[in-house]
Amino acid sequence: MTNDIKGLKDSDVALIIGSDTSEAHPVISARIKQAIIEGRTKLIVIDPKEIKMADYAEIYACQRPGTDVAVINGMMHLILKNGWEDKEFIKERVEPETFEALKSEVEKFTPEYVEKISGIPAAQLIDIAELFGKAKVAGLYYAMGITQHTTGVDNVRSTANLQMLCGNMGVSGGGVNPLRGQSNVQGACDLGGLPVVYTGYQKVGVDAVQEKMEKFWNAKLNNKPGYPMTVAFDKAFDGEMKAFYIMGENPMISDPDLHHAEAALNNLDFLVVEDIFMTETAKLADVVLPATTYAEKTGTFTNTERRVQILNEALCGPGESKHDWEIHQMLANKMGLNWNYKCAEEIFNEIAAVTPSYAGMSYARLGNQGLHWPCPTEDHPGTPVLHVGKFAKGLGTMFAVPFKDPAEMPDEEYPTYLTTGRILQHFHTGTMSRKSEGLNRLAGPHVMISVEDAERIGVGNSEDVKVTTRRGTITTKAFVTKRIPNGTAYVPFHFWEAPANILTNNALDPIAKIPEYKVCACKLEKA
Amino acid sequence: MQITINGKSLEAKKGQNVLQVAIANGIYIPHLCYHEKVGAAGKCRACVVEIEGMRGLQTSCSVPVREDMVVETKADTVLQAQRLVVDLMLSSGKHDCLSCEQSGHCELQDAAYYLGIERPTCQYGDINREVDETSEFIKIDRNKCISCGRCVAACNNTVVNQVLDFGYRGHDTEIVFNTDKKMAESTCVQCGECSQICPVGAIIDKHAIGLGRLWELDKVETVCPYCGVGCKLNLHIDRKSNKIVKVSGVEGSPTNDGMLCVKGRYGFDFVGHEDRLTTPLIKEDGQFREASWEEAIELVASKFTSIRDEYGADTIMALASAKVTNEENYTFQKLIRTGIGTNNIDHCARL
Repeated sequence: MTNDIKGLKDSDVALIIGSDTSEAHPVISARIKQAIIEGRTKLIVIDPKEIKMADYAEIYACQRPGTDVAVINGMMHLILKNGWEDKEFIKERVEPETFEALKSEVEKFTPEYVEKISGIPAAQLIDIAELFGKAKVAGLYYAMGITQHTTGVDNVRSTANLQMLCGNMGVSGGGVNPLRGQSNVQGACDLGGLPVVYTGYQKVGVDAVQEKMEKFWNAKLNNKPGYPMTVAFDKAFDGEMKAFYIMGENPMISDPDLHHAEAALNNLDFLVVEDIFMTETAKLADVVLPATTYAEKTGTFTNTERRVQILNEALCGPGESKHDWEIHQMLANKMGLNWNYKCAEEIFNEIAAVTPSYAGMSYARLGNQGLHWPCPTEDHPGTPVLHVGKFAKGLGTMFAVPFKDPAEMPDEEYPTYLTTGRILQHFHTGTMSRKSEGLNRLAGPHVMISVEDAERIGVGNSEDVKVTTRRGTITTKAFVTKRIPNGTAYVPFHFWEAPANILTNNALDPIAKIPEYKVCACKLEKA
Repeated sequence: MQITINGKSLEAKKGQNVLQVAIANGIYIPHLCYHEKVGAAGKCRACVVEIEGMRGLQTSCSVPVREDMVVETKADTVLQAQRLVVDLMLSSGKHDCLSCEQSGHCELQDAAYYLGIERPTCQYGDINREVDETSEFIKIDRNKCISCGRCVAACNNTVVNQVLDFGYRGHDTEIVFNTDKKMAESTCVQCGECSQICPVGAIIDKHAIGLGRLWELDKVETVCPYCGVGCKLNLHIDRKSNKIVKVSGVEGSPTNDGMLCVKGRYGFDFVGHEDRLTTPLIKEDGQFREASWEEAIELVASKFTSIRDEYGADTIMALASAKVTNEENYTFQKLIRTGIGTNNIDHCARL
């Protein structure tokens, strides 16, 4: 998030697009709902499902899956046509040539044209653009509904375009706010768990960075950026990749096209999995290393608003399980390195020493409130809102983003859109939440289908449905609801009994290499 | 501004009420409906005090402070009135502390203790309200409910799930879910905010029943392991069994202000689950066998080294984790980059 959670209440208008907020980020949804009932904020929801947040919305619009670029371009078309853009912000903070390019791109996205692509009625798009465009401060909130597309980067750029156009950057309650889905997904990125960057997004392959890191670690480093995971799976499938070391992840549930993922992992010479349970992925491993859970360790997580917070060890891990960092240290020393960390805090201090955005942090300073990065010096208060007064890069860049269809569209054989996501009661691959009998009783595997589709294939609520795509088939219970439009089906991906990712398409965004989990074509049949 | 409570001059801010100033200065006034999160309701009348120049007793939660206000919380008339209120509450419910989960952090018990009430002076004979144990994680015992309204306010205004409300009238007033449905059949999402804010034992975390009084448990503040919001939570730990008994949200936390979701509050079974991995495992002939750390580390290090030497470091891929700490992601990528010599490291940020 460019902004912080507390500042949510300063949004005059909030736009939720591609986030089932009350299911996936319940506490943030509570904060947004508070602002709504207190009369501070008006909500716009744009989502293919009529999510619970739509009940609190001034306007709810249902777009066809994968048409976000067209919808946002359409909003910008109307905002520009009516002069609702923030002219001063654009003049002072945006590269003029990129603004011109955007302007000419959105020219053709008339409400009628957008209606043809997205299914959102022209009149409704006009209402949305007016409410959003006229707002003093509007915040934009999204999750994987924006990113998990072959046009994921295009979608994100569109959200940034819109927020710059309306001057909503650098103000409390505004911003581009991706709601991050895992407890430390932000931190894993910040700490160099990516193939192209070291900690704090210092780029691999840049001479000055290579030199700095080699000196700091006293090691010779590879200057070639690595492969993203999605590409590495393809390379494992082809036999080019020989070994995987997987820590605390379960790609055998979370990867797209699971048959392909399994074949890839089985094709490796050596697979190590470090985890807390014998996960679906660990079962395929040659060596499994037992690690500890959040309750058993001290350390830090960085949340969706970039706030670094301390975890305190409450319990001892079972048996001979060890903290992940202890395992890494044993391996490092066995491989000839000389590590000697005694506790997590010592590691954190090393992180601060090499990571400019964490440089001013220490456990003592984090205390029980935490600090937002960037926090470059020991007297810096942290940065709840990014881009105040100036973008880090200087002038903001807008992108002219043309609309592209998803990689796989419904056709005669597979006539229904399939989209996937989360539900409130479970989390990600279920490694943690599925161990709770209570949570399992509250929610199990299902496919959400429309009343029309249910009638067409002749199934009632809780009856078995066969969902088939070009990649595979699952059989699961029907959840028949008016909250999903005719011609769209939704499967939560947490359940090994009916894994949504048997069905999903592993077509990737060309830049971010993110798979298109949110759109593919399926066929529904009575099982 | 300055106000005087019990003869002591105290700093107060405009907009505060008398009760808030008292709480901030460690002066106890019984209060059962007021909670800083849901504000003043002025319902329970337990917080009455004497204020100079104002007629009768005043509910301290609903009177805003004024410059030079003089407040008395311990006058006989005040204590007598508070005693009557608390006595009647005790009389109109089944407040049996002996086996009540809430004993020890029950605000009604605290008030009775402060006022020296050993037993209620009268007892309704006809109380037999419904106990609702239908829901997965929360038990509702309306016999212990004092109708303070905190849960109703929290459900509607804090977490804004809008499930709880008061139903029926007068003597029959009770909290209801939707249109008086059973909790399990209602639209309740089991976030547990009501259980956290209930001052008595009427709304209880079901799975913690009988597992220990709160004062017997250690409290450790940490961060929720589920989504990316980063809710702060307290783990209530039984040291004898090395187990989490209960989880509560940290009030005043800038991320969640005490709120949690059903997973963060109740979905912690995995930590103490019997299927946890407890020893390194090595696969031989398709079967896992237990191994020592020494053996497992030796095998992993030698395999990585030989694959690197034979095929090159870039044929090894590492997946970091969005569920482990910053420190552990740091040591992981440092190991992969300096020990193996590749930048092939990624995690499931995209998945």
